[in-house]
Amino acid sequence: MQNIDPRHFQIISLSLFLGYGSLWLDIGVQPVQAIAIVSTALFTQWAASRLAGLSRFDCLSAIISSLSLTLLLRTDLLSVAIVAAAVAILSKFIIRWRGKHVFNPANLAIVVCVLLFDRAWISSGQWGSATLAAIVMIGLGVMVLARARRFETTLAFLGLYTLLLFGRALWLGDPIAIPVHQLTNGALLIFAFFMISDPRTAPDSVLGRTVFGCSVAVVAFVLQFGLHKSGAPIFALVLCAPFTPLIDLMTQGVRYQWRREHLSKGA
Amino acid sequence: MRIPVFLCSALLTLALTSTAQAFCGFYVAKADAELFNEASQVVLVRDGNRTVITMVNDFKGDVSEFAMVVPVPTFIEREQINVGEQAVIDHLDDYTSPRLVEYFDPDPCSPSVLREMAAAKSSDADRRERRDALGVTIDAQYAVGEYDILILSAKDSQGLVTWLNENDYRLPSGASRVIGSYLKQGMRFFVARVNLERQASSGFANLRPLQIAFESPKFMLPIRLGTLNAKGKQDMLVYTLTRTGRVETSNYRTIRLPSNVELPVHVKDEFGDFYKAMFARQVSDANDRGVFLEYAWDMSWCDPCAADPLSREELRSLGVFWLDNNDARRPAPGAENVFVTRLHVRYDAEHFPEDLILTETGDRQNFQGRYILRHPFKGKPSCGIDPGYQAALAMRFEAEAQTLANLTGWDIQEIRNKMPDYTAAPKPEPWWKSLWNRGGSSSGR
Repeated sequence: MQNIDPRHFQIISLSLFLGYGSLWLDIGVQPVQAIAIVSTALFTQWAASRLAGLSRFDCLSAIISSLSLTLLLRTDLLSVAIVAAAVAILSKFIIRWRGKHVFNPANLAIVVCVLLFDRAWISSGQWGSATLAAIVMIGLGVMVLARARRFETTLAFLGLYTLLLFGRALWLGDPIAIPVHQLTNGALLIFAFFMISDPRTAPDSVLGRTVFGCSVAVVAFVLQFGLHKSGAPIFALVLCAPFTPLIDLMTQGVRYQWRREHLSKGA
Repeated sequence: MRIPVFLCSALLTLALTSTAQAFCGFYVAKADAELFNEASQVVLVRDGNRTVITMVNDFKGDVSEFAMVVPVPTFIEREQINVGEQAVIDHLDDYTSPRLVEYFDPDPCSPSVLREMAAAKSSDADRRERRDALGVTIDAQYAVGEYDILILSAKDSQGLVTWLNENDYRLPSGASRVIGSYLKQGMRFFVARVNLERQASSGFANLRPLQIAFESPKFMLPIRLGTLNAKGKQDMLVYTLTRTGRVETSNYRTIRLPSNVELPVHVKDEFGDFYKAMFARQVSDANDRGVFLEYAWDMSWCDPCAADPLSREELRSLGVFWLDNNDARRPAPGAENVFVTRLHVRYDAEHFPEDLILTETGDRQNFQGRYILRHPFKGKPSCGIDPGYQAALAMRFEAEAQTLANLTGWDIQEIRNKMPDYTAAPKPEPWWKSLWNRGGSSSGR
């Protein structure tokens, strides 16, 4: 059991969210788009692996990126969905530093598409703020993180973001219901447990991951409440990711591999 | 005299009402009954950071008792304020209303949901001294149409609340905390009262909508002040006009209302009741936290049309500023790069603790609240009674009854009782009835 790749749990969790979001919440997932995203991602992964001379076709990461894209990126154009999937996977092969990709693939693809295309957007409200759903999301997220043994980024991000939200409410004299409402947002929790937690792009050391999680929290807070940007955490992660190599240089740690026996340079 | 403050809950508006009196109500004429009669209406035109807000003034009562307090994100100059035309908003309401469509097997017929609105009255105020001591600054003072307008800022909320109270504005308890929050977020307050002299000489019986244009990254509707002394939930209709696509809330779920469903034909006489019951059920299904999409459409057309699309002049009067840059060859009515969204929210402080944050999406898919009545063929069929058609009708009626019961929570048996065609439709004969071609009657022994 210990040797099972944690990505299996991640895929199961994300698929459950996708089912819940599509069937109960009507988050606007179009089946054709979902299929297009998955197939484009898998094809790109296969083609890029061959071009890069990798012996192994790693489909799990591509599936996770596809599910994240399907969950968090909204568009009414099939072409945008296809571009997003391709950008996500290609970014892993192209934007690299010392054998490690810099950006979380789905995260970068969402930001690129939202900035480039009028017809792509982030629906951060569509997951609502139901407490029960939030608990389930947290539970599944914790399970995946426990498998990957990488809690720090998520904990640091959520911890500081929570402090900032409550601090803001305290300063403004707002009722406690306001930060609680902001924190139970489903999109925020999916981001915290399934995107920022990505062990392959997070800094290698515990200290580095803590610093990184805190930075994303501060940038997200400023984007959200200073610049009134919707989907702020997603933009914050893209803005902070380029500093990961710097954090890695300053702090030393062990590079994460999805499976211990597979210590190759897989993307 | 103490003046209750009425705040239409809108982008920059917060409507406090100290009575349960309707501020922005509307009615469904079809049902001849008040529907969501305490709904306020707000039109938001948004592109980039530019916003034009139109607040419908549906205050019913003594004009001298009207005042509106609205938080605004920036200083507002005189030229940024305008008094609009109620007729344009009525038109927008008609154009975006949920609609009932009728089809006569097989001929189509057309829709109907009409709305009408009533208007408002209000009063004048005075303001002066003491304000320095209270830390309140009158940034500007304008006379616009029948309104006297103040732009206020303050060092702290208590000073502002005291000043407003001393100047005859009656604020609900708890206002100080919320006002303090807005002040700390750098917002100012737009306060409007009616100048009775100018109102009398204007010739307008009703108060006209107030419009404000400003530039700010904030795309939100402050609803918090309006929930302070509200008795129960309030309804608000938000119409947005944008360049790219549909608008949704980013901190609450935006939910499409059930649409394109077939309903029993008797709903024609109770469409208002139906819509009200369905809406209430949807609100409760969403745990009272949903914002509902009633209409999302490219303004250049409609199908079916509850009303014609708004003309370019009407759109411009609502603040659609980008039309100026278009070439004049565009067909009138209707503009090709204006997307209208109609959101309906029922809110209170418990379920909507935070102001509505809005976001423009790239979604250009059209959506409308459309409810279908299909009348069965009433004439005498030339080919005699067709058992197949009768059986299909019976099934269709039952499905329609189930749909209506599911959507509204009404008793299915009562619905069936109202469907004479359903009970009249002969049930298909058991399959064995004609098996051995038995004629005549037989009696059991």
